[in-house]
Amino acid sequence: MPADGVADRLAQLTLFADLRWPEIEAVAHTFEEEVFGAGQRVLRQGITGGAFYVILEGEAAVVIDGQERARLGRGDYFGEISALTGGVPVADIRAETLLRCLSLPGPELEPFLLERPSVMLRMLQAEARRLRDSNTWQ
Amino acid sequence: MAVDARPSPPGDYDVVVVGSGPGGLQTSYCLGRLGVGHAVISADDGPGGMFRRFPLFERLISWTHSSADVPRDSREFEAHDQNSLVADEREHRGLVAGLLAEDRRRPAREEMEASLHAFAERAGVAVRYGARWTATRAEGERFVLTTDDGEYRSRAVVFAIGMTEPWVPSIPGLGLEHHYVSVESRPGRYRDRRVVIVGKRNSAFEVGESLIRQGIRELTLVSPRPPDLGRLARSPLRPWYLTPYDEHVRGAPGRYVLNASVERVERIGEGYRVHAVDPTRQEPLVLEADEVVAATGFEAPLGDLPQLGVATVLDGRLPALTPTFESVTVPGVFFAGNVTQAAQGLRKHGVASVSSMVCGFRYNARILARHLAESLFGLRQERPLVDPERVVPYLLSELDRAPELAMQKGYLARVLSASAGELRDEGILPLELFVDGETDGVAAALEFDAEEEIRPVLYVRRGGLLREAVLPPHPLRRYDALVYRDALSELLRPLLAG
Repeated sequence: MPADGVADRLAQLTLFADLRWPEIEAVAHTFEEEVFGAGQRVLRQGITGGAFYVILEGEAAVVIDGQERARLGRGDYFGEISALTGGVPVADIRAETLLRCLSLPGPELEPFLLERPSVMLRMLQAEARRLRDSNTWQ
Repeated sequence: MAVDARPSPPGDYDVVVVGSGPGGLQTSYCLGRLGVGHAVISADDGPGGMFRRFPLFERLISWTHSSADVPRDSREFEAHDQNSLVADEREHRGLVAGLLAEDRRRPAREEMEASLHAFAERAGVAVRYGARWTATRAEGERFVLTTDDGEYRSRAVVFAIGMTEPWVPSIPGLGLEHHYVSVESRPGRYRDRRVVIVGKRNSAFEVGESLIRQGIRELTLVSPRPPDLGRLARSPLRPWYLTPYDEHVRGAPGRYVLNASVERVERIGEGYRVHAVDPTRQEPLVLEADEVVAATGFEAPLGDLPQLGVATVLDGRLPALTPTFESVTVPGVFFAGNVTQAAQGLRKHGVASVSSMVCGFRYNARILARHLAESLFGLRQERPLVDPERVVPYLLSELDRAPELAMQKGYLARVLSASAGELRDEGILPLELFVDGETDGVAAALEFDAEEEIRPVLYVRRGGLLREAVLPPHPLRRYDALVYRDALSELLRPLLAG
């Protein structure tokens, strides 16, 4: 990927849509880039010390107790619930294809969001939609 | 015609190792002891790898405590000596300690290079020097490496090529000519100059410290990310030379450490104007400088491997790796040395491995060699049975004394497999292999927690169900105390019951 690739890709994601370019660049430098091969695990159900991840490229499966429950793709993110509540992840996240992510250690997510209310709002909206959808289905 | 007396002529081998730095030497040594036939080729004319050139100004940041109260040829000494390669034979161990100038605790580049010369010679690591790898292709199940000398064919290739090629991000006006490696070491060269250093990792602080000593007029370090000072344990290459930061914090005139992204570097006559943007401020920052240094890091010289299909990370600077140091996209292409920092491990609490340093990757090389011997060549190594009565004291003594666990916290573990109440010693393995695997058993590791306290952590899998037990820290890091014995006995009881 070219040197400015990560920031360019971040700028296209809904979560960061309200940030100005220098802020996007700062975000790109704050996160670590991680690449996983198909089948590699990214987050582990029940294991402490997880991180928050944003998918830049590829597909991942959400697996709970060995059962696949959902698929995630570009722009999706995971790990925020355990990062914000201090709990352990309730699902495995497994790379289904080559998966390129940006990650932020769990304890750093809260200060990161407090400094960027627009990102926090986008995340809140997405969580609200998930809650609404899960209620509708039940 | 003169006969070429160099070892490993072009031809067919089980494994070809590329590189003669510490990663290549350690891998070749370990492959040799396991009986895996291989060639080692190197573009250099002698051993040492990055230590033939780096670090440029200061000593290494890793310790060798020569006066430690354990014998230099013991396994325990490895925790006191982060810089020597490891060996089965006692006489090849702890070589850096014997070469270190008296009263020094951290080796200079020359001492490091000398220790690698000594290791290669004494341990009999045969390298074909002056054989530069230039191209790679796959032919069926084998790889073909083109070199200056001819073609090498092998089933697996281990690239121990370092992460030592200068890398500069694409910032207009900033080029390789500004890179850290181009900084001149001539005394007084930067006296009374105004210097802007792009970057805030260890090499930026190292060059900053060196320039301050020369009496420069103004020093500014600038990059988007704040220095990693609050996370000493998490970052193996955290800033060591803190004078520039200390003077900035205390308000020394002409000392600045800025969190801003550099937009462009403009050439103005003999000097520069550096345009930077701090997202928390309205107006851009304009820095006037006589010199600009890009302390922006390094990349692995991957050559044509991306074209072969090797997926990369960090702007193409490193290959993306499996837990056994294989390309995630091209099976058979392996890596050793500091490139293995790309094998992430669990990264719990954001803590990275220390695979970027000798004290980390020397153990990775041992694991890689065993993996190659077993998975490709059927050279299965013994997994000794562990007496059930001895399991708890054994794991406690490993937590107490195993240098692999002490160095590679949260990354390497002592693993025992369990079957029908019998436990077998699987050796030192990447923790990720056990956690993401399916084998019943136990893995013991030392880890940093979120507060950077060191804790023993046990992972126990029985009937396919994995349980993590994070044990309390001990102020003297002694894990033979009753609290740990009781905890381990409790955790292991179900496994021992079968």
